[in-house]
Amino acid sequence: MENNEKPRWRLVKTDNPPFWVKPLIPVLALIGTFILTSVLILLADANPFDAYYYFLFAPLENKVSLLEILVKSTPLMITGVAVTYAFATGYYNIGAEGQLYAGAIAATGIGMSMHGVPAIVALPLMIVGGFVAGMAWALIPALLKVKLAVDEVVTTLLMNSVMAYIVSAILNGPWRDPNSGWPQSPDIAPSAVFFKLIPRSRLNFGFILAIVLIIILWIVMTRTSFGLKMRAVGLGKPAAKFAGIKVNRTILTAALISGGIAGIAGVAEVAGIHFHLIGEISPGYGYTGVIIATLGSLNAFGVGLAAMFFGLVDTGAQTLSRALGVPVYLGEVTQATMLLVALGVLLLQRYRIRRM
Amino acid sequence: MYIVEMQKVTKIFGELVANDHVDFQLRKGEIHALLGENGAGKTTLMRILYGLYQQTTGDIFIDGEKVTINSPKDAIKKGVGMVTQHFALVPPMTVAENVVLGYTDSFVLDQAAIEKKVGEAANQFSLDINPKSIVRHLSVGQRQRVEILKALYRNAKVLILDEPTAVLVPQEVDSLFETLDRLRKDGLSVIFISHKLDEVTKITDRVTVLRDGKSIGTVDTVNVTQKQLAAMMVGRDTFGVTRQTEINPDNKKILEVEDLCALDDKGLPALKNLKLSIRSGEILGIAGVGGNGQKELAEILSGVKAPISGVIKINDKNLVGKDPSEFSKMGIGRIPEDRHEGVVGDLTVYENLALEHLDEYSKNGFLDKQAIRKNANELIKNFQIKAKPTDRIRTLSGGNMQKVLLARVLSRQPEVVIAPQPTRGLDVGATEYVRQQLLEQRTRGAAVMLISEDLDEILSISDRIAVIYEGEIVGTINAQNATPEKLGLMMSGALREKA
Repeated sequence: MENNEKPRWRLVKTDNPPFWVKPLIPVLALIGTFILTSVLILLADANPFDAYYYFLFAPLENKVSLLEILVKSTPLMITGVAVTYAFATGYYNIGAEGQLYAGAIAATGIGMSMHGVPAIVALPLMIVGGFVAGMAWALIPALLKVKLAVDEVVTTLLMNSVMAYIVSAILNGPWRDPNSGWPQSPDIAPSAVFFKLIPRSRLNFGFILAIVLIIILWIVMTRTSFGLKMRAVGLGKPAAKFAGIKVNRTILTAALISGGIAGIAGVAEVAGIHFHLIGEISPGYGYTGVIIATLGSLNAFGVGLAAMFFGLVDTGAQTLSRALGVPVYLGEVTQATMLLVALGVLLLQRYRIRRM
Repeated sequence: MYIVEMQKVTKIFGELVANDHVDFQLRKGEIHALLGENGAGKTTLMRILYGLYQQTTGDIFIDGEKVTINSPKDAIKKGVGMVTQHFALVPPMTVAENVVLGYTDSFVLDQAAIEKKVGEAANQFSLDINPKSIVRHLSVGQRQRVEILKALYRNAKVLILDEPTAVLVPQEVDSLFETLDRLRKDGLSVIFISHKLDEVTKITDRVTVLRDGKSIGTVDTVNVTQKQLAAMMVGRDTFGVTRQTEINPDNKKILEVEDLCALDDKGLPALKNLKLSIRSGEILGIAGVGGNGQKELAEILSGVKAPISGVIKINDKNLVGKDPSEFSKMGIGRIPEDRHEGVVGDLTVYENLALEHLDEYSKNGFLDKQAIRKNANELIKNFQIKAKPTDRIRTLSGGNMQKVLLARVLSRQPEVVIAPQPTRGLDVGATEYVRQQLLEQRTRGAAVMLISEDLDEILSISDRIAVIYEGEIVGTINAQNATPEKLGLMMSGALREKA
């Protein structure tokens, strides 16, 4: 035992981070990401500062790519909202990807049979259908969780693979395109297509849907007693139980809402972008939704901003690769690095350095 | 010369003095009890000896030589072994593998060789255990034997047992005592941490009593009665008992509990046919050493845990099978034993205050923020909570957190108040405040159950005192007739009194 230990710098946990820490978080995360990814950009024979200009600023400079950012952020906003419901309740739904495809299948099925049905009927039907399908796909892991305490991270994740095979089976079987023979479903009826917000762009009604879902998320979380119950369960299960909140019922409901909204993301992609079902409708929007919900601190507007930012980086990655001849995958690497750095910074905000 | 000597050992955690200049001497070949109530500093002192903590000041000598013990590894090297209440065994491995784990001399593990070696060791110490058994298949008593073997295999000369009987059934206790007796004859020195008087007088040679972190003294077991030990352990003489009024015996029994049986988290019996009742305007104190079923009793009466059998009646209406929200609707005001499990730390004060009665604070599913804020402001004022409604609960002090919980419960004027350990960890001022609130509930006519390990607290505000021991009420006495000695004997299972 040494009583005369020299004072050292230590990390000490603090409950009250000073007020100036919060706005500093995104800045620090960006700087950290920049430093880390610069190495890769240098290896690809490009100037990191140029690269980040193309990443973050060039897409904002013309209307076409500005609209593209909104298009790309649409599915991310929806899956981000979906994941937020679950995560806020302490239910770690990693299955938004599969639930999105469940919604996409339902939307395609309904959309294909809407020939001659007016849009005012077709669109709500598709949205509700996608919601129900996503919910149904989320039901099994949710029941396993509340009835048998089976870890939802594992089950929801595995259900994604199951869904991938189901989609493949449908596309190679009943829905295979009769003309081309490709694993691609026939197109949905014209009346089932989401209308364009701006002519000759890809921006469509799905974007409005995403914004509405974000606003609803905000209202539910901050204004309703169910939102408070979800947050209470997510932040302190024993206390929620003690206060008489039905913990399992709350988790089940949140899990189903989460799955349903992820299903709507599938509807938006089918009806707004592709107009038919293909196996590659989502390049991992469900998984990115997890990142978005986490980066957005499970806050509705945070989710919106994070999704927009990811849309920007996605668009920027393409601009960048065209301008500097670096691989487009740098965009994905940057997003992943961003998440890790941001999580690190979020964790560290609870600590301060002290000499003791 | 002593095999272990601890001189003026002090351990300070933050502001808490867990050990205060404790002297402790262990002779070779004796079983030495370390006796004291919960929080007296017994386990802390032994964790220091085993290298799990480092003392703030003071010295440790082993075989007369001053030593520095920085880790359990150092302790083992110096011949000190410890068996804690939570066994450090790997269930899917065999006994032999567990015993040699971390103590192998070669890189390659020869299964047959270690089984032989461990088997020989078990024979040498007459520990009846098969080295080939898988630990998962062993009973708790057998697992404890493996832990003892593990320590002896590492050449322990001093064996520390932290409340070894707490997890055992009576037959296993007998067998443990036989083992210890044999090991003592072989020259092993044993430190036996306990708060059960009958065990201490049965098996030990000497007893050192700790109270509030200080050593009260060391006595030879043969020269001392259980009564004297109880007095040393509890050790208070006078109390400022001021009760203004007598209970009217005609007051109605509000809460009645009959034949309540329950299991603890490990599936062992925690409550055995427990029976009690509380009248309107009465405080019933539940005294007892921690871990005798108080936690389970409080959880069941809060509706958080379900009993396996029994009846809980409030005004003759049965509550068994209802959920927590129905408990509170039917008039039970519940204060949680662990404050932190009663509040959601990352929610605000006003949200926590509304959490238990959300249906009253919402219209059509939307929160009535105005009503919630108004309620919060009133309670903060009435209960002198030092916080803003928008503060996150986890930023509050323990006392203020407890006030939030009291406010949430007491403002609804419940007919029954369940208060388990309501002042644990609070400073003097907050403690006084909480006791005053409970007395006010009594005056208002509520039936109050005060579960506490603090005898002062029980004696100063209870009207009747029920003592809980191993999941049973071993006696109920009027507070006027209660003395610390009598309660101490009842709390350690040495005396039963039927009211």
